Amino acid sequence: MGMIGGAVILMGLATLYITVINNEKLSRWLNLALFVVAGFAFAQVGGIVLGLIYGSLTSWFIFWLYEGRYRRNLLPYLTPGQVLWHYTFRVICGAIFVFLITPILVVLPLSFNAQDFFTFTPEMLRLDPDGYSLKHYQDFLGLRADSNGEWLRSFKNSLVIAPIATIISVSLGTLAAIGLSQSHVPAKRAIMAILISPMIVPLIISATGMFFFYSDLGNFMENTMGMNKNFVGYVKVVLAHAVLGIPFVIITVTATLVGFDRSLTRAAANMGANPVTTFFRVQMPLILPGVISGGLFAFITSFDEVVVVMFIGSASQKTLPWQMFLGLREQISPTILAVATILVALSVALLVTLELLRRRSERLRGMSPS
Amino acid sequence: MTDQTAGQDMIAADGMPLKKSLAKSLQREKMRALMLIAPLLIFVLITFIFPIGSMLFRSVENSIVQDTLPKTVVALQDWDELSGELPDEAVFTAFVEDFIIAVENKEHTRIGSRLNYEVSGMSSLFRKSARKVKKWDPVQDAPFRDKLIDVDKDWGDPATWSIIKTHSVKYTNGYFLNAIDMQRTAEGAQAQPEDKQILIKLFIRTVKMSLIITGMCILLGYPVAWILANLPNRSANMLMILVLLPFWTSLLVRTSAWKVMLQNQGVINDTLVWLGLVSNDARLEIINNQFGTITAMTHILLPFMILPMYSVMQTIPPSYLRAAKSLGATNWTAFWRVYFPQSIPGIGAGSILVFILAIGYYITPEIVGGTDGVFISNRIAYHISSSLNWGLAAALGAILLAVVLVLYWAYDKIVGIDNVKLG
Repeated sequence: MGMIGGAVILMGLATLYITVINNEKLSRWLNLALFVVAGFAFAQVGGIVLGLIYGSLTSWFIFWLYEGRYRRNLLPYLTPGQVLWHYTFRVICGAIFVFLITPILVVLPLSFNAQDFFTFTPEMLRLDPDGYSLKHYQDFLGLRADSNGEWLRSFKNSLVIAPIATIISVSLGTLAAIGLSQSHVPAKRAIMAILISPMIVPLIISATGMFFFYSDLGNFMENTMGMNKNFVGYVKVVLAHAVLGIPFVIITVTATLVGFDRSLTRAAANMGANPVTTFFRVQMPLILPGVISGGLFAFITSFDEVVVVMFIGSASQKTLPWQMFLGLREQISPTILAVATILVALSVALLVTLELLRRRSERLRGMSPS
Repeated sequence: MTDQTAGQDMIAADGMPLKKSLAKSLQREKMRALMLIAPLLIFVLITFIFPIGSMLFRSVENSIVQDTLPKTVVALQDWDELSGELPDEAVFTAFVEDFIIAVENKEHTRIGSRLNYEVSGMSSLFRKSARKVKKWDPVQDAPFRDKLIDVDKDWGDPATWSIIKTHSVKYTNGYFLNAIDMQRTAEGAQAQPEDKQILIKLFIRTVKMSLIITGMCILLGYPVAWILANLPNRSANMLMILVLLPFWTSLLVRTSAWKVMLQNQGVINDTLVWLGLVSNDARLEIINNQFGTITAMTHILLPFMILPMYSVMQTIPPSYLRAAKSLGATNWTAFWRVYFPQSIPGIGAGSILVFILAIGYYITPEIVGGTDGVFISNRIAYHISSSLNWGLAAALGAILLAVVLVLYWAYDKIVGIDNVKLG
């Protein structure tokens, strides 16, 4: 009902603009003003924002249709049906993109909620400053009286475990990838299959297997070797995460090595460099972008991992995702949304880094970056 | 310098035959490559392949009955469990002797809970008997047959002894039979009672929902991959961010986002109520059921479908479609007969990847799946951490692993594991 009414109103407006006013700029401003006023009448400040968006969109749409601008960028011989399909397809794709991105965008404003709810409060929709606060961020940082510091502690744990696991998987993985990229490797497929398997085997199965293995290993290290219980816990989690990160390092580094010019190492050896110097001075700088992006994958794998750490770690190794999982399953605390926002910011940073690395890698290999 | 003649081997600079010298250097090259790979290979073998192997072993290993009640097991060999009669005094004596030692070593609770997986009540039977039996003397207090039956009348039931005998083998198929809703009995493998048959259903549901999720991902991923591959580079890169951002965002962030979106007072329901499409007291039930799991997992796995599809579609020249059309094909024919067959490798690669990932998912179903949207992995986790029936968990894991490995093999055949691309 509301949709049909809206369409009728828009059609009326369109006739007005086109036949009576007949001046695009003037009518677009008029339309904008009209919608802002209407928005304010219905929903105060929030309405103004909506009105601005709708006003500019509808006026653009009216003239886009009327002036036939929709054909401007298309091939001139298309039939009307094809033009219609072209735009329908665009709308479908747009809807899928909305599906992809909305859940992530919704979290951001909600994390500033002044209430302990997971939903938009009426104050937030009115854009009332009272509806927003930083309290969930303060809770995350342990600054509030009722916050227990668990979040910060688990965050620190994640920041200890992930980098160490990354270093292990990157150093071992890069060496192995260089070995794998040599021309004569016996049983290459089998070795590759074994090294990639941690990515393929479902996490729950890896976690089950590691659960038994690491509890035996942990007992051995604590009882026979007399190590500190806490330290042993960290060792277990770091080793488990390092294995999970290895496939990503192998895949990215071997991909980079495909474009590596082997004659460069021969040239270096020819000029008297020993293999170690050749590796660090010639090969490493060239494959560095691949190594770093593999490292980022390994880092995010460890940083994001819940199942394995829940199975083999004890409470003192609780990581951030584990804390989030507990928060989601047991006490629904909106602090999760604040953490989620921080993690989204982190992944944006990672994405940008990766993109820059990709461009650099392509430039180094003499391709034009796209 | 000597001229080489026919029949003579070529000589390398150091005087060795060239063939030999080349073979030696090839050998050296192989060794060097292996030396580089070895540390990682050993690391992965020890900390990953071996643990999984020993987990698989756990699914058939069953030495606990034999280790705890050795004499009983030997004595029970002569007893025919199908006769319906109680075993003779020798078995009871052997059992009491074994049981006193077991109680001393505090192992009676372990064997009790092991047998409790098969028939409930065994755990309490063992615990109850232990309190009495530990005061007995194996020599003076004989005979034990009636005394034991006095302690608990279950000892007078041949079924109890039959269970001990059935599960006394060192390697059992019992866990695997349990995993497919059957049980190991004296008469051989039999179906579980109706009310305990849940695992087959769970397997079927896992596969069905993974297929639905894969199908949804194809449906939603194909148009997106197409538009990314056919737009000019600049705008395609911008849109690519919208695909890669969810891909790089933490799994738990996305899961919690879906919890926010889907719950009863959540964003979707609120919006629908605000628009007047749904009345306030009839909010949609879209979380804690299969719909919630499918929606959230489709969103989470969609990038894994789009990226392989995109990299295949990029290599299809757009001129093919134009050529087809100029030869008189309609839009649909041109797409279906020319473009689509060339994009199938992308669909295949993406589908297998998504299906492999979906079938083993644990976190998302656990949070948004409620009770009827959970997967077999949730059951495995339950047996590991709550019911402590590790043998059954290992058997379930082994079946799941077998399915995944078959798919992995297919993926390797179709795409090749060294062709996997990330980001």
